[in-house]
Amino acid sequence: MSTEHSNIEHAADHGSMTKGRIWKVFFILLAITVVEFILALAIPDTIISHGVKNFAYVVLTLVKAFYIVAFFMHLKFEKYALIVGILVSFIFIVYFIILMLTEGSYMNSHMNI
Amino acid sequence: MDTTAKLDEVKTTPWSGGRSPFSVEYGKLMMWFFLLSDAFTFSAFLIYYGAQRFSKFTWPDPDLVFQSIPGIMDAGAPLVFVGIMTFILIMSSVTMVLAVEAGHRNAKKEVIWWMIATIIGGFMFLGCQALEWSHLHHEGFWWGVVPNAEVIKELGADHVSAQQFANLFFTITGFHGFHVFTGVLINIIILIMTAAGVFERRGHYLMVEKVGLYWHFVDLVWVFVFTFFYLV
Repeated sequence: MSTEHSNIEHAADHGSMTKGRIWKVFFILLAITVVEFILALAIPDTIISHGVKNFAYVVLTLVKAFYIVAFFMHLKFEKYALIVGILVSFIFIVYFIILMLTEGSYMNSHMNI
Repeated sequence: MDTTAKLDEVKTTPWSGGRSPFSVEYGKLMMWFFLLSDAFTFSAFLIYYGAQRFSKFTWPDPDLVFQSIPGIMDAGAPLVFVGIMTFILIMSSVTMVLAVEAGHRNAKKEVIWWMIATIIGGFMFLGCQALEWSHLHHEGFWWGVVPNAEVIKELGADHVSAQQFANLFFTITGFHGFHVFTGVLINIIILIMTAAGVFERRGHYLMVEKVGLYWHFVDLVWVFVFTFFYLV
C-alpha cells in the first residue's frame, strides 16, 4: 500500500496544469471554435469551396481533440507507454473511418445502377 | 559466480515488475481503458454515419435544419444555438480541470465550488439538448419519422437521406446526452463525497481526477458530433 501511495504522489507532483495554463488551453479551444464559425457563416462557398471547408473542419476538430486529450485529460504528462498504448488504438479507428468513407462513396457511385 | 550475482540483482526498470509501468493509479488506468472502449462505441456510430452520408445523393443541409434558437428565434440563426451548447460544454470542462487542480492542492472548498460549477454546466447543456430535440420533433423529425416531402425538399434532401439523418441524429446525440447525464450524476456523487470530507480523510483527490477524465471525454465526443452533424 505504501509503495503504491508513493508512486501516486510521484505521478501527481509534476504540477504541470497550473491555472494559467488551463485558461490558455480554454482560449485556444474557444478560438478554434470561433474560426470554425467564421468559416461556416461568414465565408460563402464561392470563395472557399465546400470540400476545402470540410477538410479544414476535420483538421480543426483534431487540433481541438489534441488539446482536450493532451492537457485536460493530462495524457501529455503520462508515461510514454500509456500515451502510445492509447494513441495506437485511435490510429486504427481513423484508418477504419477512412475505409468506411471510401466504401460509402463507392456505394454512392453505384446507387443509380 | 558472475552470472549468479547478476541474477540476484534486483531490477528497478519500469517494466521489471513490482509496480505499474505506467505509474498511474489503478482506477485511473481502468478509467482510461473504459474510455477507450467507449471511444470504440462512439466511433462505430460516427463511422456508420459517415458511410451513410457518403453513400447518399442528398443530405439535409445543417444550416437549414438547425437554424433556430428555441424560445427566441424560429429561423435565420444557423449554428448559433449549437454554438452556445458547445461553449457551455467547453466551459464546464474548464471548471472540471480547475476542480482537479484544486484537488492537487487539497483545497476542499475550491473543489466543491468548481464541482458545483461543472454540474450546473452539465445541466445547462442537457437543458439545451432537450430544447434542440423538442424543436426538431416539432419540425417533424423523430426516430423513423420525417417531415412531409415538401419540407424535406426545402432542406435539400430526399426521403431516404432524411430518414437516415433523423435516426442517426437522435441516436448519436441521444447516446452522447445519456453520457452527459450519467456524467452529471457521477459528478454529484463526487461532490457529495467531497463535501462529506471522504477525500480529505483519504489524503488525495484522485476520484475527482477520474470523473474529470470521464467528463472531458464527453466534451471530446461532443467536439466530433458538433463537427460532423452541424458543420460538415
